[in-house]
Amino acid sequence: MSDGPPAAPRVATGTLFWGFLKIGLSGVGGVMPFAHRMLVEQQRWMTEREFTEALSLSQFLPGPNIVNLSILVGRRFQGPIGAAVATLGLMLMPLFIVLILATLFTEFAHIEAVRGACAGVSAAASGLILSVAFKMGRSLRRLPVHVAIAASTFVAIALLRMPLLWTLAVMAPLSIGMAWRRRS
Amino acid sequence: MINPLLIELALQFLMLSLLSIGGANAIIPEMHLRAVDIEHWMTDADFSQLFALSQAAPGPNVLIVSLIGWKVAGVAGAVVSMLAMCAPSSVLTYQIARAWDRFRDAPLRIAIERGLAPVTVGLILSSGYVLTRTTDHSWPAYALTGVTLVLALTTRLHPLWILTAAAGLGALGLI
Repeated sequence: MSDGPPAAPRVATGTLFWGFLKIGLSGVGGVMPFAHRMLVEQQRWMTEREFTEALSLSQFLPGPNIVNLSILVGRRFQGPIGAAVATLGLMLMPLFIVLILATLFTEFAHIEAVRGACAGVSAAASGLILSVAFKMGRSLRRLPVHVAIAASTFVAIALLRMPLLWTLAVMAPLSIGMAWRRRS
Repeated sequence: MINPLLIELALQFLMLSLLSIGGANAIIPEMHLRAVDIEHWMTDADFSQLFALSQAAPGPNVLIVSLIGWKVAGVAGAVVSMLAMCAPSSVLTYQIARAWDRFRDAPLRIAIERGLAPVTVGLILSSGYVLTRTTDHSWPAYALTGVTLVLALTTRLHPLWILTAAAGLGALGLI
């Protein structure tokens, strides 16, 4: 695997802030592809391999994946300050924009076309989230135990509406324990 | 005097932060359960509108958290919820990053990742199901969800185009 040109050795705090500000403003329906393009291809703050590594850690840990990624990248260049600044840059504008959007929506919610557009977006976005689940499912090894774990989690959360804490308290140790026994 | 709702929001999202394996998409059913069914902070229709707004805005999908906070306690609610949602997981990520090189190939670490993967699939599938049940009230709406699912799985069409087309269909009163 070619690793591309070497990563930039140093990134200043201000540069981190503006870089993540741009990432935050980039994507509708997922910012991760844009984060990859900007961090690896445009700014070359990290190599392809470093990005993959950071991404897998971000997805492995709880919390919003892109926020975890901004913590890792910020930490690498500027320690705790860098982590805080990168995350602030990432969230600042989207938070501002979504609150303006929500305020405007409340103002114009009496217009039928506005409510209709909203219903259209949420119907389509529900389909997008379903597609994420199917794509993740496809990438898993097709073991009966995987299907059973995913299906039981679905029944508990979606059909029985069990609280997440109790569902995870049962399913996570069970599934990790079975993965541990399968290790070779 | 601090608004007790802000404390409530902070406590709920501080905990959800550490339970959100698979990211913000994985905790949608739990947020719906608490905001609509348990706390009665909003109706199904409110929840579905906040979800649509969070998807229409640029930025990460965790924005739904700030909108729930906003609906409950205004701008302060939005900021408190977002901070609570990001802080514990960020601190954890920062700490784990230091030791990551040592643990990356540890058998237990790999077992945790492999074990959590099917749980995450179940959680995100649940999110899609709960959102569809909350959002879709007509056959055209179910059809739009279904068509989006198929397009997203079989084409490389950018989600933005699908969302824009869906907004257009909705504005024309077709959904």
